[in-house]
Amino acid sequence: MTPMVQAQEVCKSFGALHVLKGITLEVGRGEVMCMVGPSGSGKSTFLRCINHLEQVNAGRLYVDGDLIGYREAGAKLHEISPRVAAKQRRDIGMVFQHFNLFPHRTALENLIEAPIHVKGVKKADAVARAKDLLDQVGMAEKATAYPAQLSGGQQQRVAIARALAMNPKLMLFDEPTSALDPELVGEVLEVMKKLAQEGMTMVVVTHEMGFAREVANKLVFMDGGVVVESGPPREVLANPKHERTKAFLSKVL
Amino acid sequence: MTVVDSSPSTSPAAIDAVPLRHPWRWVAAVVIVILVVLFLYGMATNPAYRWNIFAEYLFNDRILFGVWNTLQLTVYSMVLAIVLGVVLAVMRLSPNPVFRSVSWVFLWIFRGTPIYVQLAFWGLIPTIYANIQLGVPFGPSFFHLNLQALSIPFILAMLGLALNEAAYMAEIIRAGISSVPEGQSEASTALGMSWGMTMRRTVLPQAMRVIIPPTGNEVISMLKTTSLVTAVPYAFDLYSIATREIAARTFEPVPLALVAVAWYLLMTSILMVGQYYLERYYSRGASRKLTTKQLEALAKAQQIGEAGHV
Repeated sequence: MTPMVQAQEVCKSFGALHVLKGITLEVGRGEVMCMVGPSGSGKSTFLRCINHLEQVNAGRLYVDGDLIGYREAGAKLHEISPRVAAKQRRDIGMVFQHFNLFPHRTALENLIEAPIHVKGVKKADAVARAKDLLDQVGMAEKATAYPAQLSGGQQQRVAIARALAMNPKLMLFDEPTSALDPELVGEVLEVMKKLAQEGMTMVVVTHEMGFAREVANKLVFMDGGVVVESGPPREVLANPKHERTKAFLSKVL
Repeated sequence: MTVVDSSPSTSPAAIDAVPLRHPWRWVAAVVIVILVVLFLYGMATNPAYRWNIFAEYLFNDRILFGVWNTLQLTVYSMVLAIVLGVVLAVMRLSPNPVFRSVSWVFLWIFRGTPIYVQLAFWGLIPTIYANIQLGVPFGPSFFHLNLQALSIPFILAMLGLALNEAAYMAEIIRAGISSVPEGQSEASTALGMSWGMTMRRTVLPQAMRVIIPPTGNEVISMLKTTSLVTAVPYAFDLYSIATREIAARTFEPVPLALVAVAWYLLMTSILMVGQYYLERYYSRGASRKLTTKQLEALAKAQQIGEAGHV
């Protein structure tokens, strides 16, 4: 079976700045991969490459067997049209550090927006599904609240539900708890843990080592645009092999 | 160790403080009222104002006709300007370099020349382009229109006002669009929305909060700018009728200018009320402050909760 995410020598540069210098890794179906590393190491950029928010410069990146960002015809790669790119993104949910909920829409409206207007789901069906999802993240009572009236943790839970409303096959989390007050981190991690247990494939950029140890199948440590070390989280966290991993972990643990 | 007793046995009495006094505000208000009363007294007693003429012409048929034309010019050209302004702003921000350049050139020309000159030019269009033909260049023609045979100063005036205004609206709308955080379009893109849908459903509705107040200004400004259409020349707006038509005939410039002032003020006041409601509608979700409805619901829930405790 093809892995959900397959990266082969993925490179990304912004002008002369090389952010990713050949990332090769795989995420199997139903697996949770946590990515850790110092800021500027390229974790978030790699995540954004997976749903083509950034275009890969070299290497290949496949999601569910489909090449991301390009169309392969013989030996040549063709840039894909924005319409095709949008179609690829539909099945990949993304959760942002700063939630990015639509402030002019209520929690419920945030959830039904894309299913109705992108997928063409009937409004009644979208609302039913949205209510169900809000209930799952413990936000059923706040369906009519606007994002500005919610706490950070509540907003992030709604944002997770919004991504789930598109029935994605893969969920990307870009430091989902980094902008939260410490006492609110737990409620978001709880939702993510539940999601992992239900079998969702997840790629999580995080600084929450406890979450990584408990939930992830695989931990990837990145530094300077390369994967320095990867493996089962317990092993990597307990016995880091590289100096750089050791140095990083000694600071965050 | 102290134990804090947090049980609400008896709630403390509500604060009844002496409000802070502002004596100088009263002094200033009295001075201003005196000055205003003196001015009004002067206006009422100075015979040069000719209030009887003012009253006679305030609801004159020709004046009302001018008011109607001014309103039509304002509304039509403003609607056209907003539509065109959105298109220009979106073009300016689009990833397509052809769109960007077209938009830039439009702005360069229409913002870079005075509106009065532009209106005069629009008036000259039937002279420059006497005939409009639609067909194959140097070949047969399918459609033919003689501009000089038509009487179209109203349309020319409207187009002139609209195209000039569109350039300003485009900048206002662009500023509004830029004010929406990048994360918003990123979140929409990540949900599979196209660029156009992201603009329409996510960015523009949020940009409205920034766009509406200056647009209200522009509408009010447009209402007054319509008095320049005399450059086309179009002669049936409020100002032209009041001054060039009636005052020139009756030799009563002061009361007729006042008639025009009264009507312009009335119309701008109505527009300001409309602007207030539009702003309120588009600011929803912008603040943590709860709406009246939500506050009522919360207060009710609190009451029920307290009743349950007793």
